[in-house]
Amino acid sequence: MDSRFGGNDKHSMSEVKKTFPIKGMHCASCVRVTERALKKTPGVLDAVVNLATAKATVKYDADNCTPSQLVDSIAKTGYTLELEEKSEEVQSEEKQKELKALRNKVTVSLIIGALIFWGGFPGLMNYAPELLKNFWLQMILASIVQFWPGLTFYKATIPALKNRLANMDTLVAIGTTAAYIYSVAVTVFPQLIQGLGVEPMPYFDVATIVIGLILLGRYFEAKAKMGTSEAIKKLIGLQAKTARVLRDGKEMDISINEVVIGDVIRVRPGEKIPVDGIINDGESSVDESMITGESMPVDKAKGDSVVGSTINKSGTFTYKATKVGSETMLFQIIKLVQEAQGSKAPIQRVADLISSYFVPIVIMLAIATFVVWYVFGPNPAFLFALLNTVAVLIIACPCAMGLATPTAIMVGTGIGAAHGILIKDAESLETAHKVNTIIFDKTGTLTQGKPEVTDVILIPPWREKNPSGKREDPSFASLSQDDILRLAASIEKGSEHSLAESIVKAAEDKRLNLSKAEKFKAIAGHGVEGEVDNKQIYFGNRRLMDREKIEIQKQVGDDIERLENEGKTVMLLAVGQALGSSSLSLGVEDLSSGRMANEKQAELVGLIAVSDTVKNSAKAGVGAIRRLGIEAVMITGDNQRTAKAIADQVGIKRVLAQVLPDQKEAEVRKIQKEGKIVAMVGDGINDAPALAAADVGIAMGTGTDIAIEAADITLINKDLLSVSQTIKLSQKTMRTIKMNLFWAFGYNVILIPVAMGVLYPFSGILLNPIFASMAMALSSISVVTNSLRLKAVRLT
Amino acid sequence: MEPDKLLVTIVGIFGIGFVYWFFLHKKDEEAVTVNSGQVDIAVKGGYSPGVISIPKDKQTILNFIRRDESSCLEEVVIPEFKIRKYLPLNKSTSIVVKPKKSGTFEISCGMNMFHGKIMVR
Repeated sequence: MDSRFGGNDKHSMSEVKKTFPIKGMHCASCVRVTERALKKTPGVLDAVVNLATAKATVKYDADNCTPSQLVDSIAKTGYTLELEEKSEEVQSEEKQKELKALRNKVTVSLIIGALIFWGGFPGLMNYAPELLKNFWLQMILASIVQFWPGLTFYKATIPALKNRLANMDTLVAIGTTAAYIYSVAVTVFPQLIQGLGVEPMPYFDVATIVIGLILLGRYFEAKAKMGTSEAIKKLIGLQAKTARVLRDGKEMDISINEVVIGDVIRVRPGEKIPVDGIINDGESSVDESMITGESMPVDKAKGDSVVGSTINKSGTFTYKATKVGSETMLFQIIKLVQEAQGSKAPIQRVADLISSYFVPIVIMLAIATFVVWYVFGPNPAFLFALLNTVAVLIIACPCAMGLATPTAIMVGTGIGAAHGILIKDAESLETAHKVNTIIFDKTGTLTQGKPEVTDVILIPPWREKNPSGKREDPSFASLSQDDILRLAASIEKGSEHSLAESIVKAAEDKRLNLSKAEKFKAIAGHGVEGEVDNKQIYFGNRRLMDREKIEIQKQVGDDIERLENEGKTVMLLAVGQALGSSSLSLGVEDLSSGRMANEKQAELVGLIAVSDTVKNSAKAGVGAIRRLGIEAVMITGDNQRTAKAIADQVGIKRVLAQVLPDQKEAEVRKIQKEGKIVAMVGDGINDAPALAAADVGIAMGTGTDIAIEAADITLINKDLLSVSQTIKLSQKTMRTIKMNLFWAFGYNVILIPVAMGVLYPFSGILLNPIFASMAMALSSISVVTNSLRLKAVRLT
Repeated sequence: MEPDKLLVTIVGIFGIGFVYWFFLHKKDEEAVTVNSGQVDIAVKGGYSPGVISIPKDKQTILNFIRRDESSCLEEVVIPEFKIRKYLPLNKSTSIVVKPKKSGTFEISCGMNMFHGKIMVR
């Protein structure tokens, strides 16, 4: 399966031959179809599909073909090529098997350990049967434990030593072997031990019970660790198993793996939506809580997108599949969570450094303990030296340090996913807790991002300049409000600006006939210009008017100010005679008889105010951020007054207004230069550079690939409270990590010296190796359990 | 000092020196160059080969085969590529990487006790 063909190939290709399982095949034609699809994939040199094993063996050029391309080729045929066996299922099966074997070993070790303890412990042994007091029987029983359950430690130690490496198994193996060999010597050569001035008393109970307790600790630790990766399992479990597709006019239930892009799928009330797609008939409300964390069902109608694994609540609808298999949002989320759990938090660096020296240092300390007790210890010095050395080896727990950070990260990222908070990597999660300034993009983040036209104002003639009350250009004499809207919509139709859509929509709602715009030009940060009906049109903000030297009368200025104070964005419409044109035709009969006007004589004729509704959660979301002691800042392209009005509504004090899209990144950097740690919240598409510049980029209300790529953290829902939840999650996770590390370090720093016997000269306290093994087992379990406590955290 | 105590002291000092030399003073392993697009890595008391050199911007498949029962080695972590993967015992687990930058990146077990390196050239 893993053979290679490359190396000396004259084309210097990286040929790879690999076998992949294929799902969904049941006849010889399936083999032909899949084989053909694989062979047609660019970069594939040969492919053989075996129906009996349901596997494809593919030889391909790794430079020009990736396994995911093979997956795509097979997906197009309706089958599924799996890059490997479902690791989660394998993991769960394997884990269960290992746990069962471990449980048996623990049971045997502890029962035998208890029997030996009963037959050997002073006082207790008086009540034991004579047989159990026999050293030879104790040796046989202890040997079973030492070389069956205890074999685990040897199996790990020997290959590690060959590589000049050591880990916890090494410590346990050395410790228990020392106790075991000494006990065997006592049993076999009691006179020899007596000759050393030591009472020949074996310590088989120490070796067996230590092995039993450490394995018991591992058993509970493994069970607890399974809980840390529960989030991934839950997400995988969300996937629907079947889909009801309409093919050739027939409705049929097929496996989810067989759904292809373009399939029309019917979903009935209460059913799970199988894959991502767009509704083409019907309407319903959909429970998306499992993906977005939002508990309220969302209404869906024709043209709306639906996400696979969410639940249809009320109506029946059909929809067209747009994403299947690994392209669906659910799989993107799973992939992201898995990746985050594979990343490393910077805080782990210290633990990593200590871990790499830990075991050798403990072995050195154990040797030193033996020497010091043997040379300076009371009689029987050899026994004190031996037992304290074993205690040092057994109590040292590098595992707790190794588990402290990753377990908390795994639980933290999993909780995030359950709340619709997707964290790209552990570093982002760590940085988020340090954030002291959050910059919110206005449009689409604090507001709905769906602006609506609220006011259309026809500007009366310029009285100061023209006391007669007539316009300079009589062709504008009978302009109506609808004309203002119609002209603005006609010019904006070609614009991609977010406000353009609302103006065009307002005109269409009024059934106004729009004209074609000529010589259209968008002027970034200003507005647009062009010709409509042979008139030169300028439509934009004050800056555009200034640029074109079009004067704004005081009264109009007052109107603009009033509207802006209401948080509305005001667009100004100026009309002039198109250069080279001899007649006016605004589509209104009265206007067609005007005199010629110079282009520069463009006159301000109307105002259009557009308002974007503030999200319901904006005020509460910003409030929650401020309560966490974090400064909220708003950034927008709007002018100061409009921006201020919106900021006041949501409770933001610091406003960065009139910031052009390409200046947002610079603004983020400016605030960082103030010494702030900045999170930027935006839509992840238009403000990608600003998100990238921030210490933590948070994309909101989206699950698109682009947004996920641009952001450190992606919030799938549109609820602004998710921002504070993200910070809280980061704070709680980091608190757990710090507690874990403190515990793991503290445990070793305090208990290793105690095991060495530093308290003995002052208080006579020594640590029995059995208690040492108990403490050691509890140490790892406590760290994992502490991480699992995160699950109970309330983010709201 | 009594002879046995002297002997234990000398052996002890020698033992500490030996442990230091054996575990902390070993030579860096030489990197195994991978040009074929894939490499088998045995997981037994560490990673073998422990250091691999792979090309930049090209896909390389790392086939990990765990032969070690130690729970420490049941997971492999490659932080640079955001990979944390369970390795079933005695089975090959393929991990595909396509490095975008040169450098030396760490491979470790889930508890960070065993280490290997990926050198991207």
